[in-house]
Formats: sequence, structure tokens, C-alpha cells
Amino acid sequence: MIKMENVFKRYQNGVTALNGVSIHIEKGEFVYIVGPSGAGKSTFIKLIYREVKPTTGLVEINGVNTSELKEREVPFFRRRIGVVFQDFKLLPKLTVYENIAFALEVIEESPRNIRKRVMEVLELVDLKSKARFLPNELSGGEQQRVSIARAIVNRPDIVIADEPTGNLDPDTSWDIMSVFEDINERGTTIIMATHSKEIVNKMKKRVIAIESGMIVRDESRGEYGYEN
Amino acid sequence: MKIRTFKRHLREGVKNIFRNGWMTVASIGSVTVTLLLVAAFLVIILNLNHMAEKVEEDVIVKVLIDVAASDEDIKTLGHNIKKINQIESVVFSSKDEELDNLIKGMGKEGKSWELFEQDNPLNHAYIIKAKEPQDTAVIAEKIRGFDHVHKVNYGKEVVSQLFEFNKNARIVGIILIVGLVFTAIFLISNTIKLTIMARSTEIGIMKLVGATNGFIRWPFFIEGMLLGMIGSIIPIGVLLAGYYYIVEKLVISVQIPFFELLSFYPFAWQISLVILLIGALIGVWGSIMSVRRFLKV
Ligand SMILES: Nc1ncnc2c1ncn2[C@@H]1O[C@H](COP(=O)(O)OP(=O)(O)O)[C@@H](O)[C@H]1O
Ligand SMILES: [Mg+2]
Repeated sequence: MIKMENVFKRYQNGVTALNGVSIHIEKGEFVYIVGPSGAGKSTFIKLIYREVKPTTGLVEINGVNTSELKEREVPFFRRRIGVVFQDFKLLPKLTVYENIAFALEVIEESPRNIRKRVMEVLELVDLKSKARFLPNELSGGEQQRVSIARAIVNRPDIVIADEPTGNLDPDTSWDIMSVFEDINERGTTIIMATHSKEIVNKMKKRVIAIESGMIVRDESRGEYGYEN
Repeated sequence: MKIRTFKRHLREGVKNIFRNGWMTVASIGSVTVTLLLVAAFLVIILNLNHMAEKVEEDVIVKVLIDVAASDEDIKTLGHNIKKINQIESVVFSSKDEELDNLIKGMGKEGKSWELFEQDNPLNHAYIIKAKEPQDTAVIAEKIRGFDHVHKVNYGKEVVSQLFEFNKNARIVGIILIVGLVFTAIFLISNTIKLTIMARSTEIGIMKLVGATNGFIRWPFFIEGMLLGMIGSIIPIGVLLAGYYYIVEKLVISVQIPFFELLSFYPFAWQISLVILLIGALIGVWGSIMSVRRFLKV
């Protein structure tokens, strides 16, 4: 499902963010990416949704070599991957419902499917009652649930999240984690970069630790391993 | 493209137009100024061309015969004219025929000339065609020396003046218009740049969820096209009203030889369409420029 072989990523400014990374992640796995700031976690995540291409090495997602992907194929490639960020990235003038529907409208889904799918994911993230609210009328946790709903509304095979609980207090973080766990139980692969020791240590999953662009640890049901 | 999708792009494009306030006004204004000039230019150049062609078609020399000349004098003059080498044909046209032609040539307005049928003020004339149009001047010069010649008219001078003016007008017009077109394109591309900046979050999300590049770009093309087309409204209005006034009101009252304008219909409408298309093209060009530079999709 996700395969990286000897991946190096050097940015324009000469910084080498990834330094020979090889990894396999199977369908349906739940993986934490941990490591100090600047270690290369976000770069690792960006390689998966083809925000960046590897300088050398192979990145293969759903059987597609991202280096060989043509520009015009990228949008269709992305439709099979959902992405969640620390800062939610919601459109402030659209309601909760519209924010989620937006993701389907811009890929030209039929209005009937859009209504059906948006209602389903609103149910899943437990926000049906707030469908008509604007983002600034919601708590941080609720906003993040909207952004997760948007990421999964297109039924992607993989959901990747870059520090999704980074802006949230611990209680709210647990809400978010239970949503991710629900999604994972339905067969979606989840890859999540995080700095939360509590989460990683309590909700045991595979842990991949990156330091200075290299994978230094890869354990199923691993520990966070840092003092925050 | 699905109709639903097209409607969406149209809606977004219109929304964008209202987003940018005075930049929108500035870019529409510059398209307006540009197209006003393009319209004036096209009307002048095409009419000059039309006139020049008309005149060129029949470069005839018309010899007006002295009213005092007897029938014998007229015959002699005709013989003398026929002796000139460069002449292809000579036709006599009596003053009654001349009046008939005049009345016919003026259409409705000619009615008033019918009063003169009793007391025709015109001259008998010889109408001469040269073998080669460029010989008309020589022929006219020779005939001027003959007896009983009241006047020799020919179109050559008008033609060359017309062509000369036409050439200069074209050069000045084209330089001016090219400059203005680029200003308009620049302003439009800047307006659209503002829209792209204002919508960068939205565009980022669209890319993230897998919108195609075409889908992301369309509203900006539509915005540009609309800016250009809105900019063509005033020029088209001025063109239609102005040309109607000139053709139907002004020109009828002035009688200048060879001064014959293209008729309002279909000419003014054709030019209007051209203006609209140029406006749309300027707009699309402006949007392509800024989409290419600022929208890395
Ligand atoms: N777009 C970029 N251009 C240049 N350098 C970058 C870019 N993104 C990240 N980096 C650098 O790459 C390294 C890894 O960054 P990142 O992948 O964001 O790490 P993390 O998410 O683990 O904090 C850092 O040194 C960072 O400064
Ligand atoms: Mg990061």
C-alpha cells in the first residue's frame, strides 16, 4: 500500500530532510510517526500525498510510483488519500456542511451523492446537529472533526494527519483519536505524525520514529520514546 | 464539462469580479478605453479602404463640356480625345443622362433634384476609361488643353491621398492600440492575481482534495473574460449610436465626391462583434498570464 525504498529528500535550499528512508505500510494499518521537531516527519507525510517528490529513491502509493506520476494525474491520485492538518484548513465563510461538500463538489460528484456522503460523515464525526454552523462558531475539536470529515468524505484508502491534535487540549484530543480509530476500523490506513506522548503510549499502535531524516525505530505497539 | 460544473465556474467567476473593488473598475476602464480606440480605428480604416477600393474600381476621367459648345464642337472634341493612345473607351453622356445618374446615385435624397429636369444645370460630358489606371493623370492633362473643355475630373488624386492617409492612420492607430492592449492585459492580470491571492486557502484545499488543474483555473478565465466583455459594453454602445448618427444624419447632408461610408447594417454590428471578441480575448489573455504565474497547479 505504502512503500518507500531508500528515499532521500533534499530541498532547494540544500537541507536534507530525509536521509535514506525505507518502509512498508500495509492496508488497514494505524501508524504513528514520532520524532523531534525538524526530524523530517512532515516531509515523510508530504511524500505520501505527492506534495513533494523524492530526490532519489522510490515512493510507491497504492501501486503508483509518485515520481513517475504525470502532473495531470496527480488530482486523481490525491482523491484516494485524505489529509488532515494541525490548523484544520477550513473555509471560514462556508458552513460545516458546505466545507465538507466542497471536497466533493470540486471533484464533480453528483449533488445526490454529495448530500448522501456528507450526511454519512457528519454522523460519523457526530456533528449532524451543527451542520449549519460556521467554523468560528465551533470549538477547536469540532473544527478538527469537520476537517477529518472532509478528508474521508471521498472514501480514501489512506488518511494522513500531520499533528492533528497539536492545537487541541488533551480531552478534545481523545475525541479526535476515537474518530480516527473508528475510521481505521472501517479498513482505512491511518498515518499520523504526532508529538503527543499520552496518545501514543495509551492508544497502542505501530510507531515509526524519525530522527535527522532517518528511521531510528519501527515497532508495532510501540512507545512514544521521548520526554516531549 | 458538465453543465453543473460550468454553472459553478460562472458563479465563481462572477463572485471574483465583485471581490476586487477598484482594481476591477480600473481593469474594466482600461479595456473600455482600449476598445473605444479600436472601434474608432476599425471604423476609419475600413471605411477608407472601402472608399479607396470604390474609387480605384472606376478610375474614369470625366470631361465636362462647355455649355456654349455646339454639337459640331462636341463631335470634334470627341474625335480629338479618341486620338489619345492611352484611352480604352470614350462614351458620350448627355446632360439629361448625367442628371438621371445623379438622381439615381443619391437614392431618396435625389428626389429634390428632379425639380431640375426642366432646367438642367449640368454639362454634357465625355466619360473616358484609360487602358491603365496610372495613365489617368496624363490623359486628364492632355484633355485640359483641348477647346470647349469646361472641366476634367478624375479620382486619382483622391485615391493616392486616401491611401497615404490610410497608411499613416494605420501606423499611428496600431502603435496606440498595441500599447493600450498591453496595459489592459496587465491590469486584468493584476486584478486576477489579487483574486488568486484572496482565494489561496481555497485553492490549496481544492488541490488537496483532488480538483483538477482545469477545474481550479476555469473561474479565473471566466473572470478575465467577463472583465473584458464588460469593458466592451460602452465602446459598443458608442460605436452603434455614433456610427448610426454619422451615416444616417451627418453624411447625407454633406456631399463630398467618393465619400461613401459602409452602411450601418451589417457593418456596425460586425464591428461590435469584433469589439466584443477582442474584449473577451484581452480578458482571457490577462487571466492566462496571471494564472500561469501565480497559480502553480
Ligand atoms: N519546503 C521546504 N524547503 C526547505 N526546507 C524545508 C522545507 N520543508 C522542510 N524543510 C526542512 O526540512 C527539515 C525537515 O522538516 P520537516 O519535515 O517539516 O520536519 P518535522 O515535521 O519533523 O518537524 C527541516 O530542517 C526543515 O527546515
Ligand atoms: Mg512537521
